[in-house]
Amino acid sequence: MKQSLLRRFIQAVIVLLGVALMIFIMLRVVPGNPVATMMGEHADIDTIQRMTAELGLDQPIHVQFARYVLDALRGDFGTSYSMGKPVSQLMAAAFGNTLALAVAAALFAWVVGIACGIVAAVRKNGLLDHLFMGFSLLGVSMPVFMVAMLLQYVFAYHLHWLPISGVDSWKGYILPAIALGWNSAGSVARLVRSTLLDVLQQDYIDTARAKGRGQPGILVLHALRNAMLPVMTMMAMQLSSLLSGAVITETVFSINGIGRLAVQAISGRDIPLLQGTALFTTLVVVLGNLLADSLYAVLDPRIRREA
Amino acid sequence: MRLNRQRQIVEAHDIRLESQIGEAERFGDLMRRMARENRLAMVSALVILLFILGAVFAPLLSPYSASEMDMLHRLSPPGAGHLLGTDEGGRDILSRMLYGSRVSLLVGVVPTLLSMALGAALGMLAGFAGGWIDALVMRLADIMLALPSMLLAMVIMYTLGDGLINVFLTLSLVNWASVARIVRSQTLSLKKSEYVEAARVIGVKRPVILLRHILPNCLPTLIVLFTLNVPAAILTESSLSFLGLGVQPPNASWGLMVNVGRQYLYNAPWLSFVPSAAIMLIVLAFNFLGDGLRDVLDPHLKNN
Amino acid sequence: MEPMTLRAVGLCAGIPTQKGEIRAVNDVSIDVPAGSIVGIVGESGCGKSMTARAIMGLMRSPARMTGGEIWLNGRDIARLPERQRRALRGSEMSMIFQEPMTSLNPVMKVGRQVAEAVRLHANVSRQEADRRAVEMFEAVGISDAASRARCYPHQLSGGLRQRVMIAMAMVCRPKLLIADEPTTALDVTVEAQILRLMRNLCDAGTSILLISHNLGVIAQLCDYVYVMYAGRIVEQAGVIKLFDHPAHPYTRGLLNAVSSLRRGGERLDTINGVVPNLLRLPEGCSFSLRCDACEARCAQEMPELREIAPGHKARCHLAEREAWS
Repeated sequence: MKQSLLRRFIQAVIVLLGVALMIFIMLRVVPGNPVATMMGEHADIDTIQRMTAELGLDQPIHVQFARYVLDALRGDFGTSYSMGKPVSQLMAAAFGNTLALAVAAALFAWVVGIACGIVAAVRKNGLLDHLFMGFSLLGVSMPVFMVAMLLQYVFAYHLHWLPISGVDSWKGYILPAIALGWNSAGSVARLVRSTLLDVLQQDYIDTARAKGRGQPGILVLHALRNAMLPVMTMMAMQLSSLLSGAVITETVFSINGIGRLAVQAISGRDIPLLQGTALFTTLVVVLGNLLADSLYAVLDPRIRREA
Repeated sequence: MRLNRQRQIVEAHDIRLESQIGEAERFGDLMRRMARENRLAMVSALVILLFILGAVFAPLLSPYSASEMDMLHRLSPPGAGHLLGTDEGGRDILSRMLYGSRVSLLVGVVPTLLSMALGAALGMLAGFAGGWIDALVMRLADIMLALPSMLLAMVIMYTLGDGLINVFLTLSLVNWASVARIVRSQTLSLKKSEYVEAARVIGVKRPVILLRHILPNCLPTLIVLFTLNVPAAILTESSLSFLGLGVQPPNASWGLMVNVGRQYLYNAPWLSFVPSAAIMLIVLAFNFLGDGLRDVLDPHLKNN
Repeated sequence: MEPMTLRAVGLCAGIPTQKGEIRAVNDVSIDVPAGSIVGIVGESGCGKSMTARAIMGLMRSPARMTGGEIWLNGRDIARLPERQRRALRGSEMSMIFQEPMTSLNPVMKVGRQVAEAVRLHANVSRQEADRRAVEMFEAVGISDAASRARCYPHQLSGGLRQRVMIAMAMVCRPKLLIADEPTTALDVTVEAQILRLMRNLCDAGTSILLISHNLGVIAQLCDYVYVMYAGRIVEQAGVIKLFDHPAHPYTRGLLNAVSSLRRGGERLDTINGVVPNLLRLPEGCSFSLRCDACEARCAQEMPELREIAPGHKARCHLAEREAWS
């Protein structure tokens, strides 16, 4: 068990390094000298050359990469071209917002998704089942920006229930969280329903009935615990995709998070910032997947014992 | 002599296997079965067909010019004159939707074909060759999958620069990894199957085995993956364009229309919601069709 | 008359389909006297498992019970509301299943699963329930009971799991144990141990209804046997009587198949034909299409279950009434 987790950890480190290298190379092959872009049209050639040397951009690419990785390990992702501040500082400020948004979205997605999934499974082929499953299909097919704008238009602009944008108070998180969690709620509901229906067919459910358990007890004590195994894994992976997938939601609701930072980096042709946000996001995803793996191992006694 | 006999047996075996598949259920029969049992999938196929026809015959179907401005009729709501209203330049939205569908549909189909070809080739190669090739391809796929697809697309777009062709390239590069993974695992299990073993024993060349035995058996999966990856590509493109990082004017795609329309969300909501609804509809249709195809062609894929 | 633990009268159960109701259990009456082991034998699909489930009240939707009475310890439980019916399960009647591999909850320690049964029916503390579970583990012959109770099902062998199932079924001392193919999934040595354990349970006062397709198991364990075919009882008799003087051609076919295997003969004696489709049973005797001795009236008229000797009944026109001895 420990060994397999260790192996996964090493794999994660390799993947992370690979992503760093890939992004690094991709951003280096962009035509044009980034320093010249940064300094604007009027900079003279001497200054550009001095800056290039100062930033180490005249070094061979593997030296640049090694230096970047070593700096990154110390938490230094360089200085943003467009904002003039350390990338780490910008990201730290943005991460709080993204984290709050992702956690709120996850709470919405999981509570709604699990509840709807259970009801749909218990009332299989009933009205609520069809209703919830229809909604969840809409959930996976609606583009995020559509959900976000619909919510904004109806609940903020028309009904004035909630703020249109910004996260000055906790109310500001409600609409973005629903918009971001909408998709995930749909997939959680579908997974809960299908695993629960599958589990309810298992022999040990008959055993539980044979010893005199009633329907609610069977659902909670026997069926849900087994059905939650794959659901938990999905949820752990969703947390990372919610953290990394907030670009659109953050843009629509003007929330200063990591995703919006990445968009700003692109429009400002800001390589260190784009590199930093991409790497940071990857780190979050890789950690999330690692968490999902270990969670499964902790929850399922069959895996816990193996390896 | 003995080798000859073996070859005969294998060939007979092989033919029987193929004809068994053929006899059991031809592709047409499968489609007919789906049409009978899954009405939703059939309706979806019809919707997709309508969208395609709309894109192809856009010049004939458009009631107005898609590019001519008419400043007297800016932002007029959907109604008798303009069925879906007009935009900030007074252009007919229905006409712009029809033309925009060309980009949005192409962007769903072309990159998906490219990424599937790439993914299938690499997946079969990795699964069949094994060893360091397998390790290399799969680690590469891990790396691609570790980066969230939106961010990956953003970084690639940044590298390649704007332009329609680059959007195509970007989307092709984003999606190959998951295809490669699935095709690899199928190749691995097919490699162990008796008739591939037998073909190897009698010395059929590897490329021939790949093309004649493994690829045809992966086809049902690939068809299903195609129908499920097209909507994903459409969604990624529309998100990129929504952020202003994808298709650029004067080209028009639905995502770009939403992006432009967003500035008029409060006084002319139809500007963004009409193209949004179109995206939703086509994605929904492809998802239904994909589910239906999966149920008849490749039920095992459900767990992936 | 001896006291009956279980008396099922005219049990009917079926599965509604578009083409009509599949009558999987048709007018089945079964008596299980106190302190005895009664067997139901038949091919798979003959309705024996559904009979067991109907008695337990564990029908899986859409299958449902459509008629009959179930007298348990002198009380008709067939029409009790689900709530009261549930209170009986585990306390007065219990059931063990064919697959010990899948019949235990994989994410719950086995001791807990047994203790759960205790706490459902007795108002005791968790510690007391755990203690009784371990006690029961010892009683069913699980060595090292206390540490085994802390295992998860996948850590135990098939035989141990079936013992756990039996411990779970017996922990509240029910009067009736229904065992549905309890040894089918086990290998022969383990089978013998489990059968011995069931014999001991019976000697200690539990009545057992044993469902099996294995005539060897039936012969070893049962006092009285019912033979089922296509949803009906076709013959019933004391175990020795049944094996020595089978009256129904179907029973004779089953026995011949077994004994030809024993003899290691050239050819396996089999029963012709296949199990009939329950939706399209022949008009007369269900077995008529496969019966060597089939006569004209067999194809027209369903025979009654007639008593041909004291305690021996057969559903066959041709079964001869034995001399009263």
